[in-house]
Amino acid sequence: MSDTALPRPAFRVATDEAPLLRIVLIAIAVAGLAVLVFAPLAVVFAEALKHGWSAAIQSLGNRDARSAIQLTLLITAIAVPANAAFGIASAWFITKFDFRGKAFLITLIDLPFSVSPVVAGLCIVLLFGANSAIGGWLVANGWPIVFAIPGIVLATIFVTFPFVARELIPVMIEQGRAEEEAALTLGASGWRTFRTVTLPNIRWALLYGTLLCTARAMGEFGAVAVVSGKIRGQTATMPITIEMLYNEYLSVAAFSMAALLTALALVTLLLKTILELRHADQLAATRRH
Amino acid sequence: MTMTARPLVHKTAMPGLGLSAGITIAMLSIVVLLPIGALLLKGASFGLTNVLEVVGRERVMASLYLSFKLSLLAALFNLVFGVLLAWVLVRYRFPGKRILDAAVDLPFALPTAVAGIALTALYAPNGAFGSLAQQVGLKIAYTQAGIFIALVFVGLPFVTRTVQPVIEEIEQEVEEASATLGASRLHTLRHVILPMLAPAALTGFALSLARAVGEYGSVIFIAGNIPLRTEIAPLLIVIQLEEFNYDAAAAIGIAMLVISFAMLLAINLIQIVSRRKMGHV
Amino acid sequence: MFLTPSSRFGVPLSALVLALAVSAPVQAETLLNVSYDPTRELYREVNEAFAEAWTAAGNEAPTIETSHGGSGAQARSVIDGLNAQVVTLALASDIDRIAEAGKLPVDWQSKLPHNSSPYTSTIVFLVREGNPKGIQDWGDLVKDGVEVITPNPKTSGGARWNYLAAWAWAETNGQDPQAFVADLYTHVPVLDTGARGSTTTFAQRGIGDVLLAWENEAYLALKEIGEDQFDIVVPSVSVLAEPPVAIVEGNIASDAQRELATAYLDFLYSPEGQALAFKHFYRAWDDSAAAPEDVARFPKLDLVSIEDFGGWKKVQPEHFGDGGIFDQIYTAK
Repeated sequence: MSDTALPRPAFRVATDEAPLLRIVLIAIAVAGLAVLVFAPLAVVFAEALKHGWSAAIQSLGNRDARSAIQLTLLITAIAVPANAAFGIASAWFITKFDFRGKAFLITLIDLPFSVSPVVAGLCIVLLFGANSAIGGWLVANGWPIVFAIPGIVLATIFVTFPFVARELIPVMIEQGRAEEEAALTLGASGWRTFRTVTLPNIRWALLYGTLLCTARAMGEFGAVAVVSGKIRGQTATMPITIEMLYNEYLSVAAFSMAALLTALALVTLLLKTILELRHADQLAATRRH
Repeated sequence: MTMTARPLVHKTAMPGLGLSAGITIAMLSIVVLLPIGALLLKGASFGLTNVLEVVGRERVMASLYLSFKLSLLAALFNLVFGVLLAWVLVRYRFPGKRILDAAVDLPFALPTAVAGIALTALYAPNGAFGSLAQQVGLKIAYTQAGIFIALVFVGLPFVTRTVQPVIEEIEQEVEEASATLGASRLHTLRHVILPMLAPAALTGFALSLARAVGEYGSVIFIAGNIPLRTEIAPLLIVIQLEEFNYDAAAAIGIAMLVISFAMLLAINLIQIVSRRKMGHV
Repeated sequence: MFLTPSSRFGVPLSALVLALAVSAPVQAETLLNVSYDPTRELYREVNEAFAEAWTAAGNEAPTIETSHGGSGAQARSVIDGLNAQVVTLALASDIDRIAEAGKLPVDWQSKLPHNSSPYTSTIVFLVREGNPKGIQDWGDLVKDGVEVITPNPKTSGGARWNYLAAWAWAETNGQDPQAFVADLYTHVPVLDTGARGSTTTFAQRGIGDVLLAWENEAYLALKEIGEDQFDIVVPSVSVLAEPPVAIVEGNIASDAQRELATAYLDFLYSPEGQALAFKHFYRAWDDSAAAPEDVARFPKLDLVSIEDFGGWKKVQPEHFGDGGIFDQIYTAK
């Protein structure tokens, strides 16, 4: 729970596991993450720094690398807010109303996860490619989707589609509707109820979802590879550039960019931690009421 | 809304029905339904018998079986480990906890190809873990065990991240009450805590499973890709695309889609039914 | 071509995209060359050299973009609307597909010299230092205990040449080619999806005794990964791999662009362009401007061309198509 919690009174023992069990559980968690996450991460950084820091940093300074970084940030800046808006809207719709076909709707939202990124890319090409009706019309009017930025954005939104909604739905279910109903009864408007009652309750889940979405949006490769056209300096995102560099035997450059991508993800996660610490009091207040 | 005995939408006092439903359905249509519709249309123009013929081939069946079997195993592993991890991260205080917490999301951030290369480097016979495994006679990279590890990696964050907020929301009073009433800690965990976590954990499990089934980028590096033995279904789609055979690619894609959709729907139905029984929603 | 922003998003986003777009001189022609994987280094240098020659001839500096990926996937992108004016792919059959989609004339391959292939390559063996398994020729690959690394012919253009080279050797040596190739693939523990993946598996993961590779990839691997770790073995029979180039007529927007595209492909055949091909370990035709050591590197060997197999139109479906001979190798068992 919050780091500012009061010193724990003696009766808390009843709701804690035995010390030995705690140590064992912590050990399993640490060991599991060490093998599954930290070890691959170490490989990435070790490969990037094989020839020292300067080689790694130099490899990120050229024109193509910079444009890849800018493109990835741009795509993320479009895809994440779009998904956040969708996440809030769909979670509200699903948890605040009763309607038939709810499980079906949730499953449709989950669906992008189960679609292989390769198939996701294929779907977008089938729909918007130059040989389809819609795509042909769009291209003729100077609005190419596939092999241009809109296609990459669409592919990115597709693969990250469920993240925010899936974070919000369980939390909003747990919270029920009583608080909102009370606020509405007291005469608050719908927006005001959402802003002052719902949002504080779901902000951490929303933040989690948005951050996950950000991390995944930056790292997406499979679906984007199909729709990007891989034009160096134009439609090559960071993951695409990593693949290109790796195939060019420029493994230091490839892993440097992979390390940078990981570092960007770590920054967003750090941001979350700082926010949590700064708002610890508020957080504690909203938790216990 | 409608006059039938069971209306499509129950009237509630909640505002924003039109707006939230509108955004949900509009974005769902543009981003998900239309592209997937294009895929289904491709399959429809190919013809059901042709689709079934492609899916029924020995190699396709073998790869579908392999993909779903290993994804299920990986998701089960992630279910157990993810709940444990979430519990440890929320309830216990220990040095390095925040680093551990941040690390959970890293599998999302690493491009899948990079993850695949890094995992192969570790689990190949000359890698750090691979050489250890070889000493006890185990081969990991280029076998089904390697695929399992890659799938565990890509699905790792889901369960932890869906369960964590729920654990944070659990009122300590509930556990205290249970303890006061004489329940042992284990009893409280099993009969009070776990049922509360179950919906979120099941969601995480479903997402982890779904993600693993479609995974391509990280698996192809570590899989070996030998037909009938270590060939995953998404690779067969890529192979069909290399042949410019959109029809067969769509056929395999549709088969995966249908199976995944059925599994997800089943899990979501179980959740909603169990929630109704418990009196929520 | 791809970032004409005004029509794409709203105004603020356009400004962003514009800021990201590479600033190019006004009026300059642009060209997109869609190529396959191992040619990155080559075209990086070719683009620079060509731009220099083009401006020296009194033209505006052109903007030349390149895109690299698996040959088949790249061809598919062009068919689905990737706006390439020039394609430089691994297999003639991939360009044939683009022609079938109506983007260029069916007789494209007769437009430029040497079957429209400005450079060629072949398949060689990369073995571990000192050749501990004593591998000299294709026959040695199916000996007990020999592990062979090659990519999947279904996903990799290069791997199709590997397969055909093995087939050709068996035919010349009076063996049943299908049985030999089937035997060969039982010695393959890992089928990577691309040539680079196989090189990594062999060189960095330490799997296998011999890597079947493009000659240019093998030399590149030696150069980049370490000459002291591997040896190149040249088999008695191999294939003449002809990666062809073509102008995609359907994507040419103006006469000026056609002129640029034509000059670009002609440059590949010029002594300077040929010298660059030699430098990047390709067997080119004209060595007049090439560094002697780049030319001397290539041993003479007996090369079988794709025409000896009846051309890609026959080979592709028969060997690598759905249910073709390669598929039968795995499902017949």
